[in-house]
Amino acid sequence: MFAVEDLSAAYGPVKALNGVTFTAARGQVTAVLGANGAGKTTLLRTVSGLVRSTKGSVKLNDKDITRTATEKLTSYGLSHVPEGRGVIAELTVTENLRLGGLHRATGSEPMPVERVFELFPRLGERREATAHTLSGGERQMLVIGRALMARPTVLLLDEPSLGLAPRVVAQIFDLLRGLVQTEELTVVLVEQNARSALSIADHGVVLNLGKVVASAPAAELAADEQLRHAYLGF
Amino acid sequence: MERLRSIIRPVASVPLARHLVVALVAFVVAMAVIGSSSQYLQTRYAEMAYFAIAAGGLTLLTGLSGQLSLGHGALMAVGAYAATLVLERTGGETLADVFVALLVAIAVCAVVGVVVGVPAARLHGPYIAGATLTLAVAVPRLANQWEVFGGEQGLQVSVPRATDLPAWIQDLVWFFTAVEIDQYSFLAYLGWLLLAITFVALANLSRSRVGRRWRAVRDDDVSAELAGIHLGRARVVAFTVSAMAAGLAGGLMAMNVRLTAPGAFTITLSLTLLAAVVLGGLGSLTGALIGAGVLAFLPKFATDLGESVGLSATQAAEVTPVVYGLVLMLVILLAPAGIVGSLRTFLARSPLGSTKEKTT
Amino acid sequence: MQQFLDTTLGGLVLGAVYAAFALALCLIWRSTRIVNFAQAAMAMVTTYIALSLINADVPYWVAFMAAIAAGFGLGAVIERVIIRPVEGKAELNAVILTLGLFMVLHGLTAITFGVQHRGFPAPVGTSAISVGDTSIGITPFGILTIVVVALVMAGLVVLFRFTDLGLRMRAAAFNGEVSRLLGVRVGRMLTLGWALAAAVGAVAGMLIAGGDLVNPAFMDPFVIYGFIAAVLGGLDSPLGSVIGGLILGLSLSYVTGYVGEHLAPLVALGILMVVLLVRPSGLFAAAAARRV
Repeated sequence: MFAVEDLSAAYGPVKALNGVTFTAARGQVTAVLGANGAGKTTLLRTVSGLVRSTKGSVKLNDKDITRTATEKLTSYGLSHVPEGRGVIAELTVTENLRLGGLHRATGSEPMPVERVFELFPRLGERREATAHTLSGGERQMLVIGRALMARPTVLLLDEPSLGLAPRVVAQIFDLLRGLVQTEELTVVLVEQNARSALSIADHGVVLNLGKVVASAPAAELAADEQLRHAYLGF
Repeated sequence: MERLRSIIRPVASVPLARHLVVALVAFVVAMAVIGSSSQYLQTRYAEMAYFAIAAGGLTLLTGLSGQLSLGHGALMAVGAYAATLVLERTGGETLADVFVALLVAIAVCAVVGVVVGVPAARLHGPYIAGATLTLAVAVPRLANQWEVFGGEQGLQVSVPRATDLPAWIQDLVWFFTAVEIDQYSFLAYLGWLLLAITFVALANLSRSRVGRRWRAVRDDDVSAELAGIHLGRARVVAFTVSAMAAGLAGGLMAMNVRLTAPGAFTITLSLTLLAAVVLGGLGSLTGALIGAGVLAFLPKFATDLGESVGLSATQAAEVTPVVYGLVLMLVILLAPAGIVGSLRTFLARSPLGSTKEKTT
Repeated sequence: MQQFLDTTLGGLVLGAVYAAFALALCLIWRSTRIVNFAQAAMAMVTTYIALSLINADVPYWVAFMAAIAAGFGLGAVIERVIIRPVEGKAELNAVILTLGLFMVLHGLTAITFGVQHRGFPAPVGTSAISVGDTSIGITPFGILTIVVVALVMAGLVVLFRFTDLGLRMRAAAFNGEVSRLLGVRVGRMLTLGWALAAAVGAVAGMLIAGGDLVNPAFMDPFVIYGFIAAVLGGLDSPLGSVIGGLILGLSLSYVTGYVGEHLAPLVALGILMVVLLVRPSGLFAAAAARRV
C-alpha cells in the first residue's frame, strides 16, 4: 500500500502542492488527473524527494519514506518512471535496462534483461541501439521496462502518454494493465490524458491548483459530467 | 546655490559630461598624489595605471559581452613589442615619439584584435578560455623565433628624459604639484592621463547603443539575434576595443619596465589580469581600477609577508600568485559579483536601498 | 629520411602523453561538463610527491603508484570541496575557479619544493635505441610511455564498457536526475570521475617527467596541449581524445623538427581554431554519439 498524507511543497513563494492526501491500493491503478500546472508532476517529484516537501508524509507499506534520499527509494521497492524523455539517451537499450537492475528492491531476485524483451518485443529487436535513436513509444517502453528491472512493488508513472499517438498509448496502457495483474503492482499513474487513464484505472484522484478536488472510483469520475468538463477536459 | 545646481544638473544627467568631470577630478587628484609621492610609489602608480587600462578593457569584454579572454597578456605583449620597436626607430627622445609609439601599439592591437576576435566571436565558455590561453602561450614565444624581437634577452626601451619634455609640461607640472617633473613621475602622469582618457571612452561605450547591444548578447544571444543584433559583429567590436586597451597598456608597460622580453608575458600575467577584473567585479570599471591597485601594490606586501614568516626570497615571490589564485577561487565561491557588485547588492538589500534589483 | 623517422617516433611518444592528458580532461568533461584548467598543475603536484619519495630512496614503481594514489585523492577532494558548489552553474564560474586553482597549486608547489630545476629519474634507459649502427629516434622510456598509456586506455575501456561501476558513472554523467531515480549515488560517481581523471593525469605527469628536468612550470604547456587534444577529439569521446593527442603530438613534432620549435604553440592554436570553426564538436563527432 502506498499512502500520501497532507503533502505540501512549494517553489519559492508559490505553493505547488497544498495538503494532498490519497491512498493507492495494492494491485490497483490509481490515476492522478488534472490540467497542466495542477501539481501532478510536482506530486511525484515530491514523493521521490526531488522536490522537498514542506509538510505531510509519504508512506510505503506503513514505512515513512518522506525524508528518504531519492537514491534509496528503489531499494525500498518504489520506482519513479519519469516521462519518456527520461531514457538515458547516450546509453544503449540494454545498458539502460542493466542500469535499472543495479539498485533493485532489497531481497528481490535479479530480473533478467530478457524478461523485459518478452514484455516488450520491440525493445528486444533494438537492444543494441542507442536510446536517442528510439521512437517516442519505444522510449516509453524502455523507461517502464527499466523501472521493472528494479523489481518495484510501487510504480509511479509520469505522463506515459505524453506525445504518443493514440494507438501507441492504447498499446502501452494495455501492457500496464497486464503488468498490474501479473506482478501485483501498485501503480500511481499521473496523466493529463484523463479519458485513457480512467479507462485502465481503478481509482481516480483529481488535482487542481495543488489540491485534491475529487477522489473516487474511476467509473464514478468518468460518469460525472460536471467534473469532467471542469477539470478533465473531456 | 540655485545657480550652482542649475549648472550641475544638466552636467550630471549627460553621461559623457559626467564621465568627463569625474575623470578630470580624478586626474587632478592623481597628479597631486603622484607629485608628492616617493619614486617607489610613483613607479607603483604608473604600474597601477597600465594594469587598470588593460583590466578596464578586459572587464568590458568579459563583463559586458560575456566573452572570457585569457589572452590579454599576449595582447599586452603585442602592444609592448610594437611600442618598443617604434621607439627604437624614432629614438624615443621626445613626447611625440612616445605618443606615436603608443598609437602604433594601439593600432597593431586593433588589427590583432580583429584577427583574434573574428574566430573567437563564435566560441563560448571553456572553448574561448582554452583558445585565448593558447594565444597567451603562443605569442610571447614568437619573440624567440625572429631576431628582430631580441630573443629571450628582449629589447631595451628608450624613453625621453624629463629635460627633453616641452617646457610647458614642465611648468604645468611644477605649477600643480610644486615638484620638478622627472622620468618616474612623468611616466606616472602619462599613465594616469591615458587611464582617465581610456576610462571615459570605455564608460561611454558601455553606456551607448553599442554597450547595450553587448549586454543583450551576453544575457541571451538567441534573443539578441532575434532582435536584429548582429551577434558576431557585436562580439568582434568588443574584442577589438578591449585589445586596443591591452595594446596601450602593453606600450606603457614597456616604457615603465624599460625592457621588453618574452619572460614578462607569461600565462600568469593573463591570469593576473583576470584576477583583477574578477576581484573588482566583472563589467565594472571601478572594479577594474581597484583590481589594478591590488596588482600594483600586493606583490611587495605579499613578498614581505612571505619573508616575515621565514620564506626565502624566491619562495616569497610565489606568495603573490597564490594570493591571486585564492582571490579567483574565493570570489567565485563566495562573492561571484566581485567587490563592487557585492557592495551594490548589499546596498540594494539594506532598507535604505531600492528593492527592485533583488530579482535579478 | 632518418630525421623524418625520428621526428615521427618522437611525435608518437609526445602524442601518447598528450592523449593521456586529454583523456583526463575528457573524463571530467563527461562527468561534470567542466574543463579542468588545473589538471596540469594537479599532475605537477603528484609528480613532485613521487620525486620526494624517490629522493627518499623509495623504489621508482612504488613512487609511481603513490603518485597515482595521490592524484586519486587530490581529484576527489578537489571535486568535493571546490568544484561541487559550481557544478551546473554558469560555465564561466568553473573556468575561473579551475584557473585560480592552477595558480594556487603552482605557487604552493614552488614555495614547498623551490623553483629550481631538478632531475627526475626514469626506470628504463632514456637514450635512443640503436639497431646495428644507426640509432632510431625512440628511447626505451618512450616505448614504456606508449605502453603505459595504452594500458591506461584499455583499463578505462574495460571499466566503462564492461563493469557496473562504469555504467553507473556514465549514467550519472549523462543524466544525473534520472540516475538518482534509478538508485545511483550521483554525487559519489562525480567525485569518482574527478579522482579517476586526476589519477590518469598523475600517470601522464610521471611519463612527462621521466628522464627529464622538473620545476613547478614543467607541466604548463600541457594545460593547453591537453585541452587542444581533447577538443580535437570532441571533449566527449575518450577514443577521440587519444586520436586527438596523437594527431597533435605528430603535428607539433614535425613543426618543431622542420620549422622551428618556438612556432609550435602558434601552430597548435591554428589547429585548435580550425577544428573549432570547421567542426565544433570535434573530428570524431559522429563516432562520439555512438561510442563509449
